[in-house]
Amino acid sequence: MSVLWMHGHWPILSVLIFLPLAGAFVLPLLRGDGQVKLWTLAVTLITALLSILLYTGFDASTASFQFAENLPWIPPLKINYALGVDGISLLLILLTTFLTPLCVLCSWRAIGSRVKEFMACILIMETSMLGVFMALDFVLFYIFWEAMLIPMFLLIGIWGGPRKIYASVKFFLYTLAGSVLLPVAVIALYLHSPGQTFSIPALMSQPYSATLQCWVFLAFFVAFAIKVPMFPFHTWLPAAHVEAPTAGSVLLASVLLKMGAYGFLRFCLPMTPLGVAAFGPYVLALSIAGIVYGGFTALAQSDMKRLVAYSSVAHMGFVTLGIFVLNVSGLEGAILQMINHGITTGALFLCVGMIYERTHSRELAKATGIGKIMPIYVTGLTVFGLSSLAFPGTNSFVGEFLVLVGGFRYSSILGLLAIPGVVLSAAYMYRMLQRIIWGGTDNPDTSYLRDLNWREILTLAPLLALVIWIGFAPAPFMNLIHVSVQRLLEQFQAGLVI
Amino acid sequence: MSSPVETPLLLLAVLAPLAGAIMVMLSGRRPNLRESCSFIAAAVTFGTVVSLVKPVLAGQKLACHICTLLPGVSVTLRADAFSMVFALVASFLWIVTVFYSMGYMRSLHEHAQTRFNACFALALFGAVGCAFADNLFTLYLFYEIVSVSTYPLVAHHQDAEGYEGGRKYLTYLTATAKGLVLPAIVLTYVVCGTLDFSDNIRTGIFPSDAGRLLVTVTYAFLILGFAKNGLMPFHNWLPGAMVAPTPVSALLHAVAVVKVGVFSTTRVMLFVFGVDKMAAFNLGIPTAYFVSFTILAASLIALSKDNLKARLAYSTVSQLSYVILGVALLTPAGIEGGIVHIANHAFSKITLFFCAGAIYVASHRKNISDMKGLGRVMPWTFAAFAVASLGMIGVPPVGGFVSKWFLLIGAIDARQIGIVVVLLVSTMLNIAYFAPVVYSAFFGKPDDGHAYDGVKEAAPAVLAPLLITAALSVAVGVYPDFFINLIKGVFT
Repeated sequence: MSVLWMHGHWPILSVLIFLPLAGAFVLPLLRGDGQVKLWTLAVTLITALLSILLYTGFDASTASFQFAENLPWIPPLKINYALGVDGISLLLILLTTFLTPLCVLCSWRAIGSRVKEFMACILIMETSMLGVFMALDFVLFYIFWEAMLIPMFLLIGIWGGPRKIYASVKFFLYTLAGSVLLPVAVIALYLHSPGQTFSIPALMSQPYSATLQCWVFLAFFVAFAIKVPMFPFHTWLPAAHVEAPTAGSVLLASVLLKMGAYGFLRFCLPMTPLGVAAFGPYVLALSIAGIVYGGFTALAQSDMKRLVAYSSVAHMGFVTLGIFVLNVSGLEGAILQMINHGITTGALFLCVGMIYERTHSRELAKATGIGKIMPIYVTGLTVFGLSSLAFPGTNSFVGEFLVLVGGFRYSSILGLLAIPGVVLSAAYMYRMLQRIIWGGTDNPDTSYLRDLNWREILTLAPLLALVIWIGFAPAPFMNLIHVSVQRLLEQFQAGLVI
Repeated sequence: MSSPVETPLLLLAVLAPLAGAIMVMLSGRRPNLRESCSFIAAAVTFGTVVSLVKPVLAGQKLACHICTLLPGVSVTLRADAFSMVFALVASFLWIVTVFYSMGYMRSLHEHAQTRFNACFALALFGAVGCAFADNLFTLYLFYEIVSVSTYPLVAHHQDAEGYEGGRKYLTYLTATAKGLVLPAIVLTYVVCGTLDFSDNIRTGIFPSDAGRLLVTVTYAFLILGFAKNGLMPFHNWLPGAMVAPTPVSALLHAVAVVKVGVFSTTRVMLFVFGVDKMAAFNLGIPTAYFVSFTILAASLIALSKDNLKARLAYSTVSQLSYVILGVALLTPAGIEGGIVHIANHAFSKITLFFCAGAIYVASHRKNISDMKGLGRVMPWTFAAFAVASLGMIGVPPVGGFVSKWFLLIGAIDARQIGIVVVLLVSTMLNIAYFAPVVYSAFFGKPDDGHAYDGVKEAAPAVLAPLLITAALSVAVGVYPDFFINLIKGVFT
């Protein structure tokens, strides 16, 4: 186990996790909404800048956990405060730290009441999201995993739309129900591991019995599938997305959904390989169903936010498809697609939010034919829309291409089954773009709309740059994950032999 | 073949139209400056392409690597003999069309001319990019750019008809590109590990032990998926796209967009599958017969159309398949005939569309039955129309004759009498739907004696381009050597 740890550095991971939380504790001392917003922006920006050190200091040639910290926490139960980063979690951490300042920026005007509490929720969210991706101890992971629910519940329930209570309760119940079995699975693994440990790296590659692996996999699956969300566990998602404030939708889509997929990668593949092998084909079938179902449902939406929400179901179907084809292309594509979905769907939610701030409606019909009045806005929207439908030269193309390559390597039939989803994504995205930019012959009067201001342009610009960057030169990102993915596959295949 | 020579000129040729589009958008409020930007972009593009002719004729392969996405997947440009034919034609005709569309759009006081010109330049950006693509990914990238950037041109009028045409356009082109081309690209990558085109037309990139079914499916997906080639059953977007202003129909739906389709198709046939493998897997001749159906059926439909642009559209559907037919014969003459038809058809068909636009500008007439005797008021326009029709039919000395000559030799070389019959029947049909238009324009009598009072030839900016392209379609028939010599480079 010791080879997995690297020592001799300052605790950068702890700093990243607790900086936002510390920032939240300062908020009550501040006066005036302006100060609160500036302070939150500063804290999140510093966190983002600090996280660049992870990128520059990361050694892409090894699959072991880096920047690791390991302190005894509750010794009698062998629970440790253990953190670490590998190629699978690094990009998700960077995504989180970079999106949070954008969430602050997009809430600048949209949130008018209880600004202090809102910003506190955002900061606490950031702490728990980063904790989930960095935790290397199961108990610590579970604490962060559950801690995330509360600020998200508040974000939807307090600052949400008309049906916020319904949506927040549904969100809470679904995710809580999914999480019920998670500790059961964790304790089962703990009891059956040779050294009785909660250490995530130590629990990998243990010779658990096939029966245990299958049960544990199913328990994990319920928790993670709801979080992803996979069809048919997705019904909380549209409600939560539609009612959440823009910042909530962005965090939900870009980061929270990734935790389910992250769970599959971090726990299911290395710890329960026999379970994965046994149930994998069914998960693939659900992924395909999700891709096609999400596509068709998105095609039928007249509410922009619902449309983007259902497109998420389809996109996350590609992620789980890539994971469970269990080859390098599929896994790399899935991880890249997680990042891409975070960038693109996050940006689309920001775009929808910008329209909502102006028209106070999310109906497509209320914002048709605005291409001439808001040229900057529709230019951005077009790029993100094209990215969402995996236009070549955008980030999603690379991810989707890799997932499809993985799918076709698994079986040509499986690859072909995913293709209708690809076509559908073009159908619903082009439909939305056509409506918003052009409309029809009887467009509503939208002459009162203003184009984007500098703050809004600044919110979208970094995401736009990432769309193009990953679209044409994904190597800096792919290099980070390559070794970790290979190591993960080795662990998985070694587990099958036992 | 010698190893490729890196040259930034290729990048310039591709980026000039993009820069043109941006400049057009920035200079939107000043129409003369805006049109000058279009012209400069077109001239720079054409000039750059011309400067590449000499090295390519000398047997060099030029390349320009831009970025790598994944191992075997990159954005790379190449200029070889095949790409030069298409790039030269498209970029030259763009210059002519800039003037024509200026005359046309201003005469009709069309709206949103800035958007129109910008999208036009973007479409050319895509077309030139396709011409110079060095691998399937680059080709697909620019192919999709063409689809997206031409939607605003098709839906230009923003009326119910325009939106309907645009919807059909995007539906057909996107569904085939995503539903057929993308899986075929993925399959190619899975089997070959790369998407780069081969550097000769013989070997292709598929390994010899690739499964027959897999290769055939990939091939069929690619041939049908590049639906801009107008192959039936995915041809219906093209007649639908005729709602666009005529300059769009002329340059894009007779030259740039549809030629992107046939160019991509033939590029894939020759440089992904290769002549040897197509022969080994018996893909060539079945393709020739498959496209023969489109050649004949589209001609029959053209006969039934009274709307001039619709008749021209179906004529295009039919003629595009000549290109694929020639290459599918897999004989040197067939391939030469197919490729040279990209150029010959372009000059003649753009003339025909320019004429249709000139007639509309001058007399607001769209239907052939309303044009009886119109040739006497617009003699130059209809003379050009007649010359271009002869090219479509394949009468010497117009360019179309050269194509048909090579195609017939190619069919005989391949010992396919059926294809010879198809070519002859199709020629008859060409006569049947073009001759009456010319005949009734010059010798017919209008139903109303005063129908053409006040009608005269269209403005010089509209008339001059069509005379130039008509003259050129004769020139490529009288001096076919330039393109034929260029195409010979494909075989080295």
